Amino acid sequence: MSKVLVIAEHDGIELNPSTAKVVSCAAGIPGAEVDVAVFASSASEIASQAADIQSVARVLTIEREENSHLLAATLAPQIVALSDGYSHVFGPSTTFGKDLMPRVAALLGVNQISDIMTVLGSHSFKRPVYAGNAVLTVEALPLQVVVATVRTASYTAAAGGNSAPISETQVNVDLPTHTRFIDIQSGASDRPDLQTASRVVSGGRALGSSENFDIIYKLADKLGAGVGASRAAVDAGYVPNEMQVGQTGKIIAPDLYIAIGISGAIQHLTGIKDAGTIVAINKDEEAPIFEVADIGLAGDLFSIVPELTDAL
Amino acid sequence: MEKILVGLKRVVDYNVRVRVKSDGSGVETDGVKMSINPFDEIALEEALRMKERGEVNEVVVISIGSSESQQQLRTGLAMGADRAILVETNDALDPLGVARIFKALVDRENAELVLLGKQSIDGDNNQMGQMLAAIWDRPQATFASRIELNGNTARVTREVDAGLETNEIDLPAVITVDLRLNEPRYVKLPDIMKAKKKPLDIVPATDLGIDAGPIVREISYEPPARRERGIMVDDVAGLVAALKDKGLI
Ligand SMILES: Cc1cc2nc3c(=O)[nH]c(=O)nc-3n(C[C@H](O)[C@H](O)[C@H](O)COP(=O)(O)OP(=O)(O)OC[C@H]3O[C@@H](n4cnc5c(N)ncnc54)[C@H](O)[C@@H]3O)c2cc1C
Ligand SMILES: Nc1ncnc2c1ncn2[C@@H]1O[C@H](COP(=O)(O)O)[C@@H](O)[C@H]1O
Repeated sequence: MSKVLVIAEHDGIELNPSTAKVVSCAAGIPGAEVDVAVFASSASEIASQAADIQSVARVLTIEREENSHLLAATLAPQIVALSDGYSHVFGPSTTFGKDLMPRVAALLGVNQISDIMTVLGSHSFKRPVYAGNAVLTVEALPLQVVVATVRTASYTAAAGGNSAPISETQVNVDLPTHTRFIDIQSGASDRPDLQTASRVVSGGRALGSSENFDIIYKLADKLGAGVGASRAAVDAGYVPNEMQVGQTGKIIAPDLYIAIGISGAIQHLTGIKDAGTIVAINKDEEAPIFEVADIGLAGDLFSIVPELTDAL
Repeated sequence: MEKILVGLKRVVDYNVRVRVKSDGSGVETDGVKMSINPFDEIALEEALRMKERGEVNEVVVISIGSSESQQQLRTGLAMGADRAILVETNDALDPLGVARIFKALVDRENAELVLLGKQSIDGDNNQMGQMLAAIWDRPQATFASRIELNGNTARVTREVDAGLETNEIDLPAVITVDLRLNEPRYVKLPDIMKAKKKPLDIVPATDLGIDAGPIVREISYEPPARRERGIMVDDVAGLVAALKDKGLI
């Protein structure tokens, strides 16, 4: 039988929605029993959110002062100690999971499967490679624990309504002090979170300045949408890095994605392949974005976007 | 600091439209342009800037792969690296195997800092640096967009989903770099000539006595599900109508 340990992602207060998506993936392993581990300095609030997720058998809380910031270097040895008896250890392929899980895998002396998009069996998975230009079926080694990250855009969050038992767990390992959290700066906004928003409006290089990005925000607010951007727009400093969508930014799957002044480079498209409907607004009728857009409108964004905002 | 090691992986150039072979055994690489993994170029640029600021004495570029990876190492030397090492193997390796080989080189070279890309753009693994840091039992700072060396520590700003996170790490350490760390320099012709005289050691992987371990079995490659081209509308009214039609507004 498969026993999957899912590592919860959270910010100390709230469980990140990525966790319920990883649980969805884990629950797809035939006959799997899924436990969620919450590492925190104070875990009870987060643990009860995890216990609510359908298919979760148990929630384990590991409370330590060192877990007030989730650093890979301090988490990995604790996860290794906890992983005894589990056949699988899963995390999300968010920056949290990407940073952490390979460290866990290497300490366990096993390979890692990155970005699971489909579960074919307990040791057989599909994952994207070459910026999503190919899908690779892999088979993990049969007698080893499977350490993996789950491509969150490929899964919908498991529903709530469960009340899994929560057990406090001690993990007695020495933790390194060589890595120290200093601070985090986020351009916090009241807009829906890019990774979970059902609608996303993104702007590209064509916006030309951070002031001009205002028209993107106005449209997004009208739609109640999250806001994203191409790499070019982030590089140019129009918007902060956490808004980048694509191969090296966020991989998202909203119901509606509106790409404005974005050419549609393969690295950008990788991030939106799973969107329900893609709308593109671009003045170049030949722009590659139109090859994947469900609805395209060729024209100048500076007149179209305000007009669209008014029309909604 | 005496020495930085930089990993340079040979990969299909990022501009190539990658195609899956019809028999599903891999992707087409015949006659396809190969380059340094773009993130690795950024790692090298950062190491060179550290050297130019006098923070480090030697920059060594390392590639693990077939004999052809010498091309990418020569480019690295032309950019300004002092020395190159090719660990030659024709075997397929997983990031854990690559990390084990890197660990052997770290020990041999007494490296104080290893700069790598955050991910290979072929396998999109995003694993090797974290794995190397784990088996070396040293700090890792991934997705770096700013690195500041201060003697025995480094302050690294990391691009994470929530924004920009800053960590302080003790050296030696592994740092993996993100796209916005810097813009790599262009190689000039005279530098290419000069690079031909710089040392490039070729070490057969078998000489290192490392067990790279078994690899995850690749069963088959397939093209991704394709999105079909949709409709074009003429104006905003048409767009609004189309969105209404789909029940999206
Ligand atoms: C390793 C690697 C990783 C990368 N990762 C990412 C990633 O994660 N995400 C990402 O987005 N990119 C990524 N890129 C960059 C990617 O290759 C493209 O360079 C980038 O997506 C281009 O951004 P853009 O479409 O905004 O700009 P451009 O390609 O310059 O396109 C601008 C578009 O705006 C249109 N336009 C101009 N003016 C107007 C107007 N007035 N009205 C309407 N349309 C107008 C133009 O016709 C054009 O199509 C990566 C690149 C590399 C090498
Ligand atoms: N074969 C290799 N040779 C040199 N460096 C490598 C190799 N494989 C991976 N790396 C380094 O490790 C980083 C992360 O790789 P990966 O885990 O494969 O995504 C790359 O950006 C390189 O810097």
